[in-house]
Amino acid sequence: MSKQLLMSREVLLTSATVLLLGIIASRFPAFIAPANLANVFNDTAPLILLAIGQMIVILTRCIDLSVAANLALTGMVVAMINVAMPGLPVPVIIALSVGFGALLGMFNGLLVWKLAIPPIVVTLGTMTIFRGTIFLMSDGKWVNAHEFSDAFKAFPRTGILGLPVMGWIAIAAVVFFSLIMTRTTLGRAFYAVGGNPHAATYAGIDVGKTQFWAFTISGALAGLTGYLWVSRFAVAFVDLAGGFELSVVAACVIGGVAIMGGIGTVVGAMLGALFLGIISNALPVVNISPFWQLAISGGAIIIAVALNSQANRQKGRIILKRAETAT
Amino acid sequence: MTDTTRFIPDRLQSPLQRRLKSWETLLLAVAVAIFIVNSFTSPYFLNAWNLSDMTFNFTEKAMIAFAMALLIIAGEIDLSVASIIALASTAMGAAVQIGVGTPGLVLIGLGVGVLCGAFNGFLVTKMGLPSIVVTIGTMSLFRGISYIALGDQAYRGYPSDFAFFGQGYVFWVISFELVLFAIIALIYFVILHKTNFGRAVYAIGNNPVGAEFSGIRVARVKFILFLLTGLMSGVAAICLTSRLASTRPSIAFGWELEIVTMVVLGGVSILGGSGSIPGVVIAAFVMGLVTFGLGLLNVPGIVMSIVIGALLIGVIALPRLWEKWRA
Repeated sequence: MSKQLLMSREVLLTSATVLLLGIIASRFPAFIAPANLANVFNDTAPLILLAIGQMIVILTRCIDLSVAANLALTGMVVAMINVAMPGLPVPVIIALSVGFGALLGMFNGLLVWKLAIPPIVVTLGTMTIFRGTIFLMSDGKWVNAHEFSDAFKAFPRTGILGLPVMGWIAIAAVVFFSLIMTRTTLGRAFYAVGGNPHAATYAGIDVGKTQFWAFTISGALAGLTGYLWVSRFAVAFVDLAGGFELSVVAACVIGGVAIMGGIGTVVGAMLGALFLGIISNALPVVNISPFWQLAISGGAIIIAVALNSQANRQKGRIILKRAETAT
Repeated sequence: MTDTTRFIPDRLQSPLQRRLKSWETLLLAVAVAIFIVNSFTSPYFLNAWNLSDMTFNFTEKAMIAFAMALLIIAGEIDLSVASIIALASTAMGAAVQIGVGTPGLVLIGLGVGVLCGAFNGFLVTKMGLPSIVVTIGTMSLFRGISYIALGDQAYRGYPSDFAFFGQGYVFWVISFELVLFAIIALIYFVILHKTNFGRAVYAIGNNPVGAEFSGIRVARVKFILFLLTGLMSGVAAICLTSRLASTRPSIAFGWELEIVTMVVLGGVSILGGSGSIPGVVIAAFVMGLVTFGLGLLNVPGIVMSIVIGALLIGVIALPRLWEKWRA
């Protein structure tokens, strides 16, 4: 029953996205040309990758506000490694970025798990610490396009079947994490911990440890995205992806992830990210000032969360969660 | 964080003992230590005018932090405060262009603040949405409206008597903002610690359902708290706009995190239910002293943010580590 409703939630979002595309196409048919759609998807790939990680964290009733800072720090680290050792092959760079990002995520996770510090406090703190560390490492200087090795820059842009590698990585991540979330013990544990932590404990699941793994995954994805971002735009600097963490949370909320934990799917997170990605790509096309984007995504978050709560209410998942609902 | 148990100890220690061991005392010791270190490391620190300048680092943020403290004690949060400043400042800037005088500007600043707070309060209390998501949404929305109105432009030309709020001095080195800060601190001290309303705020934070059943109008109290937070953001917007004498849409960017840091540093539990106004006052001074002292030593702002981030995690982590160590 709940599965059906969850499906309908994604169907709803897909139709909203198609409707949005239709409205844009009615005035600018070129926007829905396959080549352009591939472009839009590729553009949105970083947001999709981060939204998957964030979704898993939110499922366990936590939040990770440090993802954008993690992305920027890992990006700077691999950029400087590339400058120092231009010969290092790309697979090693990718492994380094995933590993380093995961380490930063583990740091968040350890503070949440071992010291039981509220995740919002932990990640607010690490967010500023990561950003400051980039400044200390780089001395505030940029790493610019000409300093990177060609292989470093080429990898995410290489086209396969009309879609650059970065886009394929996002697709691969969606498939991979869909399987993890639905077919593995750890994946189900994420849902159990968020759905009902006490029941999860009695079922033999270590709540803190599960949250630790959620942060680790989020960190690893942020690290991977850090390399992709830096190499695609061929630049690394302190404020890279500044404020992006809020877009990531927005993508999750629009994608139907319940901020109270326990509800959400990988596909939903991807759809939420795509919805935002299409809006930001379409604004210049339909000749609306890019300054509108912030307000539109803010409005989208509020509408989405209102719809979410309506849907959850029907499902009867939240029983006396807040005192207001008792009145 | 899911298995937190709160202890409400009976009076086992003498009042003096409790006071010595309290968070506020510890924080005060930190503030004094920073003050002493600063006065040794920089010859410019112990100067009445420099110290007076130092207070501008925190007065505007602290005004909002008091209202935010009440909100967090009641178990909610408002991440849109900095965006409310931006929107209120933009509205005042627009009013200046059509020739509104200082009294009108003040009314507009306060009015926009209250309206924004009411909007947040409506979404949280009437629609039953989680405040963290709602205010992430309105954070984008409010600042987004500023961007739509201003783009990359700025409003200037504020009347000269408007400058008093942010630049005026009441007596010698005592600025108007510092006096206002003290008055607001006193008002919030009375509200939180001496009135029924304040007790209701604690009760809601500790157990919203219990508060509801003991006859507290939970939704109404929370709505008022959102109004107050909006109002204080309006007050801060007036002071900041007056001090800078210009409005850009990026005004007060990132302040929400510093304000939350200030509140948490002041000993308010992010999970709600406990905290005090004197704690927030001391935390405001600690943050002001740290930023100012490092500034005198030519430490760049971003490095200071590492210190603030580490402070935020450290003050919560260290006591918990200490307990683990002893256990």
